[in-house]
Amino acid sequence: MSTHWNILVVDDEEVMRESLAGWLREDGYAVETSVSGREAIEKAMATDYAIYFIDLKMPGGIDGIETMMEIRKIHPDAPVIIITAYATVDTAITAMKEGAQEYVVKPCNPEEISLLVNRIIKVKNLQRENVILRKKLSKQYCFHDIISKSPKMHQIFTLVQEIASIKSTVMIQGESGTGKELIARAIHFSGDRTTKPFIGVSCAALAETLLESELFGYEKGSFTGASAQKKGKFEIADGGTIFLDEIGDISPKLQIDLLRVLQERKFFRVGGTSEIEVDVRVIAATHRDLQQSVQDGTFRDDLFYRLNVISIQIPTLHERREDIPLLTMHFIERFAPELRKSVSNISEGALKILMDYNWPGNVRELENAIERAMVTCRSTILSEEDFQFLLNNHNGRKEWVVPPNLTLDDVEKQVIAETLRRMHGNIKETATALGIDRSTLYDRIKRYNLPR
Amino acid sequence: MNTLYCVPFGVVGEEVILAVEETLADTFNLNARRMESHELPAEAFDTQRQQYNSEKFLRILHKTHPADGVRLLGVTTVDLFIPMLSFVFGQAQLQGHVAVVSSARLRQEFYELPGDSFLTTQRMVKEAIHEIGHTFGLTHCLDKRCPMSLSTTVTSIDTKGDRLCGSCRIALHVYQSTSIIAKGRS
Repeated sequence: MSTHWNILVVDDEEVMRESLAGWLREDGYAVETSVSGREAIEKAMATDYAIYFIDLKMPGGIDGIETMMEIRKIHPDAPVIIITAYATVDTAITAMKEGAQEYVVKPCNPEEISLLVNRIIKVKNLQRENVILRKKLSKQYCFHDIISKSPKMHQIFTLVQEIASIKSTVMIQGESGTGKELIARAIHFSGDRTTKPFIGVSCAALAETLLESELFGYEKGSFTGASAQKKGKFEIADGGTIFLDEIGDISPKLQIDLLRVLQERKFFRVGGTSEIEVDVRVIAATHRDLQQSVQDGTFRDDLFYRLNVISIQIPTLHERREDIPLLTMHFIERFAPELRKSVSNISEGALKILMDYNWPGNVRELENAIERAMVTCRSTILSEEDFQFLLNNHNGRKEWVVPPNLTLDDVEKQVIAETLRRMHGNIKETATALGIDRSTLYDRIKRYNLPR
Repeated sequence: MNTLYCVPFGVVGEEVILAVEETLADTFNLNARRMESHELPAEAFDTQRQQYNSEKFLRILHKTHPADGVRLLGVTTVDLFIPMLSFVFGQAQLQGHVAVVSSARLRQEFYELPGDSFLTTQRMVKEAIHEIGHTFGLTHCLDKRCPMSLSTTVTSIDTKGDRLCGSCRIALHVYQSTSIIAKGRS
């Protein structure tokens, strides 16, 4: 039976309206009727009907075609069947051109109407099934907000579950935008510390002294401006997890302090004399090759080994290319209500652009690209045109002639400085444009001493 | 016991009416009785379409509803239509009290085939169950062998049987018991 589908019959002639409605009700549909186009549009605003039967000629200013066009503005995929007593080739062409699914002449053959309704409902049922299956599939590929079907990522998910309830320190390594913090959160929320705090600290965003007081807190009067005692992140995270992002960027002094906390689980507040003991699980993350930093002497080897008890290496989006379609659909579904867009899919051509693109900014860059494409999209399907900006970026990179005697650092510095200038010093927009996260951008600004 | 009245409109063969009465009484657990024949309603005839508007038949049945009648079925031999459709084999008030069936398009002669009164009677019986089923709240059934499945051709009528499928029997039982409970409460 079909009681779960609603149908709207729009006709100014009562006998026509009611006879079709009655006949459809016998088929088990919940049928509503409207006497005018205006009333039908109002009803369509409140309900999304499975089928709209609309009479072509109606008095009152809005005819059937106009009614259909208005309804399709509200529900772009609405199946509309135009009915008329005066069939002409012109009106049929107009109706079909404006998006009518069918055009029938009344009185209609019962078999014709029956087949038509069955065909549309069959498609509706398939669409509904598709949504349910897609949801099931995304649940299957979703682990604590991380969407993936890549075997590499699934190995990580298994590891996360295995280590979630032990206290060992975890080191997460991966390029910017690969989701290091999401993995850290997954570890915290999969384990027995889930009811306790998860505190994230970006070590690259703060100057050394600020970071020290941020991590360990301070006593009243310990420095100018310390008008009251303040708890540090380690204290706030007591019983839970502290996530130290961009750990590779901390100063040698902080490296020693951190080593002590990791060894003894005790520390002093800045300016404090009494030792504070905490039960905190430490998860650190970096985009750097820390082993190389140890060899270079910029990172303490004893701290590295303390942090690197369990190591997780997150693959780049390039290495888990099979996740691009899945992530794309996930972002479309997430952004559609946020941006109030009716985008529900992506064309094959557009998906090919995404599959071929290199994604230096990883999942975050893909997320930004989908959001940007959806903002400008004028249809229900993201097309190749919506992703032209990626091709422009890509082509731009290809055509760029590298000046001689330039180091990689010089290039990075110039690109960041130029983007910062273009974005008027706005950190969020600059980071988005460069496809890196904010903490990485702060780190580079500090490293190259760039003006903002 | 509740009564279902058969109301012939115009001249209708006795054999057909008897078969319809017997099957409906058995299917819906009703006492079937006959009312006097009603003249074909002139106001229902559409000169342009050369057919009778079935809704007018339902209106007449509605007015002539006897006190002990729970359902009224009009039976006729003339071709019926509803304004939206080119023809109907019958029409009913969904969850109402009245219905009508016609044998016009159930006869082999309509399709220029040799007459077969037995086949016509069989088809009438199935369509009568179908329309009275609607008055008991049954909607179209997906089981093509069930008389409640939708038929828009005689071929599809011939495919179905004259016994309600299990699901429709349960739905009918539920409808009839809740109607009795509702009546008892009011």
